[in-house]
Amino acid sequence: MSEVKRFKLTCIVCPLGCEIEVEMEGDRITSVRGYTCPRGKGYAVQEVTEPKRTVMSVVPVKGGKFPTVAVKSDKPVPKELVPRIMRLLADVEVEAPVHVGQVIVENVLGTGANIVATREA
Amino acid sequence: MRSEYDVVVIGGGPAGLAAAIKAKELGMDVLLLERREYLGGIPVQCVHPGFGLHYFGEDLTGTEFIHRFIEKFRGMGIEHYTNAHVLNVVSRSYWHKVLTVVTEEGLFEVRAKTVIYAAGARERHAFEIGITGHRVAGIYTAGEAQTMMDVYGVMPGKEIVIVGSGDVGLIMARRFTLEGAHVKAVVELMPYPGGLTRNVVQCLEDFGIPLYLSHAVTRVEGNKRVERVIVTRVDENLKPVPGTEEVIECDTVILAAGLVPYLKVIEKAGVEIDPATGGPVVNSYLETSVPGIFVAGNALVINDLVDYVVEQGEEAARGAYEFVKNGGLPSLRWRKLVKGRNVRLAVPHYLSDTRDTIVYARVKKPEENVVLRFPEIGKEVRLPFVKPSEMVRVKLRKEEIARAGGRITMEVVGDE
Ligand SMILES: Cc1cc2nc3c(=O)[nH]c(=O)nc-3n(C[C@H](O)[C@H](O)[C@H](O)COP(=O)(O)OP(=O)(O)OC[C@H]3O[C@@H](n4cnc5c(N)ncnc54)[C@H](O)[C@@H]3O)c2cc1C
Ligand code: SF4
Repeated sequence: MSEVKRFKLTCIVCPLGCEIEVEMEGDRITSVRGYTCPRGKGYAVQEVTEPKRTVMSVVPVKGGKFPTVAVKSDKPVPKELVPRIMRLLADVEVEAPVHVGQVIVENVLGTGANIVATREA
Repeated sequence: MRSEYDVVVIGGGPAGLAAAIKAKELGMDVLLLERREYLGGIPVQCVHPGFGLHYFGEDLTGTEFIHRFIEKFRGMGIEHYTNAHVLNVVSRSYWHKVLTVVTEEGLFEVRAKTVIYAAGARERHAFEIGITGHRVAGIYTAGEAQTMMDVYGVMPGKEIVIVGSGDVGLIMARRFTLEGAHVKAVVELMPYPGGLTRNVVQCLEDFGIPLYLSHAVTRVEGNKRVERVIVTRVDENLKPVPGTEEVIECDTVILAAGLVPYLKVIEKAGVEIDPATGGPVVNSYLETSVPGIFVAGNALVINDLVDYVVEQGEEAARGAYEFVKNGGLPSLRWRKLVKGRNVRLAVPHYLSDTRDTIVYARVKKPEENVVLRFPEIGKEVRLPFVKPSEMVRVKLRKEEIARAGGRITMEVVGDE
């Protein structure tokens, strides 16, 4: 029998912040407790198997009203890739005009997520 | 700029934009004045999500959220000026408020039947939170640092200590870390974090940033720039405990120690102020004690959710509309909203049974499984938890308000 692991998490999906406990035997999730809604359960399973986060930053923009434009990933990306994406974004520069929702980096690091603008420039 | 309007809105943040849009929709003659070079207020500098869940039913970044309002505002062709700073507002008569405005072209006077004051809040500065020591470079409020970094693209420092663990402090800790700075500590006076648990998890625990609870930054030291801070433990009366000083080397101190409604501009008009909110005393129409001056957003009460700010802006616009249409608000029978057990602040202060009124309140201390009670009108709302950091929002229907005599008490009690 493989080793039993227990994880204590705080759900970050909504402001309630439920305390969720996940039990795993090897790679198999054997129990999830403490969530109040299905979104929380989904989060907990995701968090112990492949944690994800939305990335946000600003990148320099040429010829805009401000020197930067705000960006984010249009869906959550694997948490361990976040520092690499931030470094990648440090070398990106765009030209005005930029509109909200415009794709700045397509399929960033093969994650399937695009980096999109969240401010006009 | 013409010289007379039905309503002049002061401040182009979410409260002001929402108020101006609603006032225009109601057919009023509107002018909006914003002192910065751009419209949008605080959300323009907020690149993180968490905006608009109630209003749009979507989780947007601050920048995305405010973009929708600015687009709508522009689409309606509402007259407005940026780089236009309102110096003060004087009430000449019931019908005439006079605003003094500084613009690039000079000083102007504008007259208005009504004013919606939506100038937001100011951030508490070092002297207000008892930090002694040197006034050197490298001390910023969270808002200043956020504007530098996320609007102008300049990092405020490398080795950072953040004062205050409200959502603002926590979110800034994450932003700095993601941008490659080293956040050495977040220092919190209270024994519990000020912000949401989810933000403690995503913003500190994800990055291993230490949180010092029951601690205060008591001193900043440095020559030309910040070189270190002294952090001291505090006792249960929040007084520093001698002998517990600790030194943290850093080059930057970020103050995220709370906001205070910014009222300087309307003080001269003589609005009455509530010491509990730091904002004006208002009635159900969000009208201050000066007839025809309405207030909304963080200038009224510090809001953590932009959705409520927008709601207040729209409500103030409806109030101004009633005022202009009827030549002033009718004198009504006002019920005083009285703060009972575990209620630290609540607005509006006076309620009338002519309209449904949304009450916004904050508690003094965290509690679980409670009931929010209005004993005079027999209303009860069950809540799984209350926390000082999260505003309580509840709607009182006009029929309910009508049931009360001269006062309506609001209290938080245990669920028997
Ligand atoms: C770091 C941070 C993170 C936040 N995160 C969230 C979040 O995740 N979700 C959420 O819902 N909310 C969040 N908020 C809260 C939200 O941003 C505020 O509640 C909201 O912006 C308040 O709106 P307002 O219009 O009252 O004030 P502001 O946005 O401050 O706008 C006031 C405007 O008035 C202008 N003004 C001031 N004085 C004058 C004058 N004399 N003349 C002309 N113009 C003037 C100012 O320049 C400003 O543009 C956050 C706030 C901060 C600081
Ligand atoms: S489990 Fe559901 S209710 Fe609890 S914090 Fe997560 S999303 Fe919110």
